[in-house]
Amino acid sequence: MPEKLVIVGAGQAGGDLATTLRQRGWNGHITLVGDEPSPPYQRPPLSKGYLLGKVSREQLFLKPTTTYERFDIALRLGTRVQAVDRTAKDVVISDGSRLPYDKLVLATGRRARPLTLPGVDADRLDNLFTLRRIDDVDALRPQFVPGRRLVLVGGGYVGLEIAAVAAQLGLEVTVVEAAPRLLARVTGPEVSSFLEGVHRSHGVRFRLASTVARVALDASGRRVTGVDVSTSGVVERLVADLVLVGIGMQPNTALASAAGLEVDDGIVVDEFARTSDPDVLAIGDCANQPSAYAGRRVRLESAPNAIEHAKVAAATILGRLQASTATPWFWSEQYGLKLQMVGLSGGADQCITRGNRSATTLSAFYLKGDRIAAADVISRPADFAAARRLVTSGARVDPDRLADDEIPLAEVAI
Amino acid sequence: MPKITFIEDGGAEHAVEATVGESVMHAAMDNLVPGISAECGGYANCATCHVYVDQAWADRLPAPEEVEEVMIEAAFDVRPTSRLSCQIQVTEATDGLIVNLPASQTGA
Ligand SMILES: Cc1cc2nc3c(=O)[nH]c(=O)nc-3n(C[C@H](O)[C@H](O)[C@H](O)COP(=O)(O)OP(=O)(O)OC[C@H]3O[C@@H](n4cnc5c(N)ncnc54)[C@H](O)[C@@H]3O)c2cc1C
Ligand code: FES
Repeated sequence: MPEKLVIVGAGQAGGDLATTLRQRGWNGHITLVGDEPSPPYQRPPLSKGYLLGKVSREQLFLKPTTTYERFDIALRLGTRVQAVDRTAKDVVISDGSRLPYDKLVLATGRRARPLTLPGVDADRLDNLFTLRRIDDVDALRPQFVPGRRLVLVGGGYVGLEIAAVAAQLGLEVTVVEAAPRLLARVTGPEVSSFLEGVHRSHGVRFRLASTVARVALDASGRRVTGVDVSTSGVVERLVADLVLVGIGMQPNTALASAAGLEVDDGIVVDEFARTSDPDVLAIGDCANQPSAYAGRRVRLESAPNAIEHAKVAAATILGRLQASTATPWFWSEQYGLKLQMVGLSGGADQCITRGNRSATTLSAFYLKGDRIAAADVISRPADFAAARRLVTSGARVDPDRLADDEIPLAEVAI
Repeated sequence: MPKITFIEDGGAEHAVEATVGESVMHAAMDNLVPGISAECGGYANCATCHVYVDQAWADRLPAPEEVEEVMIEAAFDVRPTSRLSCQIQVTEATDGLIVNLPASQTGA
């Protein structure tokens, strides 16, 4: 009997796992179950080219649906898994039917963290949005009319990308951020203030170190008309035609916890993507995994990680255990600027920059001791290329040479 | 449908039918050709779709644009025929194109 593999979540990680297994000749049954109506697609363009109207829906799809047919991958879209029965080795679909598995992979991703305000049911508000799925963008885009006032809660990468698109489309944008600077958890102050300056030059306003105290609703109770923002105890009303909440994503772990799998800030897996049940794996955004690069457990939220984690899981299913040695990386795009980030900058003890005499380029290198642990590179892709090598190799560098723009990055290693 | 042949470093050949308008990277992905992981999804951000265009084709393709030229440096083992396959469009004129896959991208 060929083995039966069920993958829950037809996103980047789930889709890639199915195709990678076929690419490597695995010939068991593969069923990919996803609750969205679309085949696996790329989320990164949702807050960039797709929102801007430059990328079409079909261009988001990782593969055409015919590819899944040709390679004998059963796609069950628009189908939600309700429970995992580890004793019977079945997944339970929301219509009550069951799907047996020998191996199960949870690739359930994340969902947008909702804004919780006393007395407000965010789901009932017609002009308050979050952005995770194609459908979210399709609902949002008609609201992006020049002149409308957008209040964006949250100044992370996705929030800033949306701010950039909105500003380019002629909306009046105000970003409300709880931390005293943008991207405070993922980048250094140099990059935060650089990006703040770029956004300000496009007319975006900021309320930093500010939180949403309440929202004002119209008579119907279904539309937000204003957002009351509290800054150092002083409350100010921002008039709003629409509100976008971008305060981060939460891992979808409910299936795993209900099934008694270990969950701790994501579904806990070992370096081979196995959960506390060896027949159940978890990959991508929903997983909490050990990282050889970081030397500790991490939860990564990026397309490259989903792709890499799918490869790790494929190797496990094929019985050739192989942990990942990849260095995490990420990119973003704002106003045509190319942001490329490699490594994790948290815990670095020094930041050295290059190229900062320009208003549109900057490279920031984060040092731990005399090694580059991470780098944020804005529109200097050659620096990114070099930084990726330096971070991955763990080479020791001379900080003075690194700070000198005249010295090629290839020559800063000691 | 233009035909494209991908040749792995070990010599294995994959001849695929591509669709006009898509990129050479997508033609590989749609047909599960190994060796192209395309981590950024085709936006010249990652250089994990690096290929060596067959010598005979190197001058017949439109020259790379600047975004590609700078990002190609991020690839491993760059040669004069190196291209980012996400930046090469499939057209009728690319029928018969042959590209070689770098050894660094083939590992399991
Ligand atoms: C707006 C936006 C912009 C981004 N930009 C970037 C970027 O520039 N660069 C980058 O590297 N990354 C970016 N990311 C992150 C990247 O998209 C994710 O890291 C990646 O999609 C993770 O893949 P995944 O398969 O783990 O999860 P997902 O792609 O989220 O897929 C999970 C799927 O599982 C489904 N699912 C969940 N529970 C169930 C269930 N019970 N039954 C059935 N189906 C279920 C979900 O609906 C979803 O379709 C961005 C994300 C967003 C939302
Ligand atoms: S797919 Fe990322 S550069 Fe081509």
